[in-house]
Amino acid sequence: MTATMRPTPSACPACAAAPAAEALAELDAPKEARIALSVPAVHCAACISTVEKALADLPGVHSARVNLTLKRAQIEADPEIMPDDLIRVLERVGYEAFELDAGALSATQTDKAGRDLLMRLAVAGFASMNVMLLSVSVWAGAADATRDMFHWISAAITLPTIAFSGVPFFKSAWGALKHSRLNMDVPIVLAIVLALVTSLWETSLSGHHAYFDAALTLTFFLLAGRYLDHRTRAIARSAAEELAALEVPRAILIRDGEEQQVPVAEVVVGDLILVRPGGRMPVDGEIVEGMSEIDRSLLTGETVPVLAQPGQGVSAGEVNLTGPLVIRATAVGKDTSLHRMADLVAIAESGRSRYTSLADKAAKLYAPGVHILSALSFLGWWAYSGDLRTALNIAAAVLIITCPCALGLAVPAVTTAASGRLFRKGMLIKHATALERLAQVDTVVFDKTGTLTAGTPELTNLGDHATRDLEIALALADGSAHPLSVSLAKAARDAGVKPARVDAITEVPGYGTEGVWNGQRVRLGRAAWVGAEGQTETAAWLSVAGDAPKAFTFSDRLRDGAAEAVRSLQEAGKDVILMSGDTTRAVEALANRLGITHWMAEALPADKAARIAHLSGQGKHVLMVGDGLNDTAALAAAHVSISPASALDAARVASDIVLLGGDLSPIAEALKTAQSAIKRIRENFQIATLYNVIAVPIAVIGLATPLVAALAMSSSSITVSLNALRLR
Amino acid sequence: MEVLSYLIPISLVLGGVGLLAFIYTVRSNQYDDPDGNSQRILSDEWDDHPKP
Repeated sequence: MTATMRPTPSACPACAAAPAAEALAELDAPKEARIALSVPAVHCAACISTVEKALADLPGVHSARVNLTLKRAQIEADPEIMPDDLIRVLERVGYEAFELDAGALSATQTDKAGRDLLMRLAVAGFASMNVMLLSVSVWAGAADATRDMFHWISAAITLPTIAFSGVPFFKSAWGALKHSRLNMDVPIVLAIVLALVTSLWETSLSGHHAYFDAALTLTFFLLAGRYLDHRTRAIARSAAEELAALEVPRAILIRDGEEQQVPVAEVVVGDLILVRPGGRMPVDGEIVEGMSEIDRSLLTGETVPVLAQPGQGVSAGEVNLTGPLVIRATAVGKDTSLHRMADLVAIAESGRSRYTSLADKAAKLYAPGVHILSALSFLGWWAYSGDLRTALNIAAAVLIITCPCALGLAVPAVTTAASGRLFRKGMLIKHATALERLAQVDTVVFDKTGTLTAGTPELTNLGDHATRDLEIALALADGSAHPLSVSLAKAARDAGVKPARVDAITEVPGYGTEGVWNGQRVRLGRAAWVGAEGQTETAAWLSVAGDAPKAFTFSDRLRDGAAEAVRSLQEAGKDVILMSGDTTRAVEALANRLGITHWMAEALPADKAARIAHLSGQGKHVLMVGDGLNDTAALAAAHVSISPASALDAARVASDIVLLGGDLSPIAEALKTAQSAIKRIRENFQIATLYNVIAVPIAVIGLATPLVAALAMSSSSITVSLNALRLR
Repeated sequence: MEVLSYLIPISLVLGGVGLLAFIYTVRSNQYDDPDGNSQRILSDEWDDHPKP
């Protein structure tokens, strides 16, 4: 990010002595670099000052400010300051920090829409309080000239306020009418406009009843509902964007023999790119130099690393494990296999938008009903009394009384409470209707690698080996950063094994490590390299000259909470299915370990999606939990989907809910929360209906006064909001 | 009743001042970090003099 945001400054050391020149240079180019860091560990006042002080003390940093809500630090500094310097500074004071890609974050920097809504809400609140004060005086018995004056003042406050605060409703209603549809906003706008027109008319004729306060409170409550809704989504969006921003898309380009870091977007076909061990392939390409192993688990679900050598093709998203690789880009940007998969998702996604939310269903019933009712009472009263003014007044009263205040709050109040609760448990609800769909789930499909398992290997046969072998293996494993070596070294150390004296340890990228022990050559690595028969299980082989090679077998470590999640889902009566692209043996072992009876191994991405489509065809509502690129089609095809934060960007985009922590156990709880949330929403609809059943006849027979309308509206809105809060 | 002619404008102006103050706080990003604000009052930095 900083590379793009940092225009080359005028390198001018003398500038400090010449402020005028500095000011001029500043006019030419903004000299400040803005750096955003994610600092997940800050949580208290002391943390804030420690982090800010540490950053500000670094020469070149102009200002640093911590945002505790977002757990982020925003730094303005000289262009020479690199994010890595800042991260090191924070590490020294004990805070882990990650660089955030400013490009991916920019959308959340200022939440314009939210601010706009808040402003309109504030104006509506201010106006409705004042008008309510005046209205109370009228209801209390102000008469004649005083009443008229109060009504005129109310009108003077109300009209400009509605013109400003009602804009979101006007826009949305107009948009619906333009496409000759009805939405919830059409009756709202009609009620507000009709209320204003009849009230103005009444006021000009010194009438008794004016509905200015009702029009304003209506706007205020509905804006409150809309703002809650917006906030819930904005929080989810900003957290989702932060996840995306954590992967700063950079590539190391080799041009004219020099290495330079560039944004991935600038890589073109034919460029040579260096991928260091531990790095992810930024583009599709062909290996031209280097030997290594690559981990393709995110793309295919295979856990066994694949040997990589010159001439072999690699896909964007694969992880380089052991040796540095130089690749020549063959496809970049939108043409990479990663992006093609993401396109598949976009197609599958369009199917999901077919789900109609409860609120839309209610609106479909509600909007025409209200219009017909109001029109009927208008016609009825006109025919009965022959007085247009009375008829219009009653029609307006019916529209205001039936106003969907409670309906407008019924859904957002509950989803805000439920999303907030799930967010604290580490789940991020990305999609607006995800909660509703989650509540219907009866079948849960898990991916294996990276989802139920942590994607890190665990040594399984430590006890089978002689101490001497373990000591040699530990010494050799220490010489490599390969995941299997790291895991082997850790397991051996935990068992109290001390490394043997092995000299001249060298790592042969793509094969393993070798060294000299007691004058004999010892090797730890791939089966073929040490002269052993390969087997299907993930294994590292140790060969000591003269002995048969010995296998250290590994299995994938279970993710935290995986067993609990599966057990509690099964206890709740859900079907749990395991689908993986890994080998039958590995999948079966895991299924047995977790007590899952239905499983499917060696599944291609299309197989997974087809199986889920098949289940949906049988009327099941499938929850898919997966992380890899091979899961994206399945994630998009499922009724609702969850992916862990460690998943690939494409998988996170395809899923409705992101699991922020490493723990899987909140999934079962989320299903319960979703179900109780839907129950609350239904209750809220019932409350709103009940209230209409009582209030509408009163309005239709012409007994509704502005006081009755105000009481009914406020009480129903407050009841609905309180009912939503019970969810916590 | 003449008192109304003072009181109503006064109440509107006072309310309006409150509204303007709120709009100012929204415009100057004062609601961006509610958690941080609640913690920052506990810090004794800048207790002696305001942040320059």
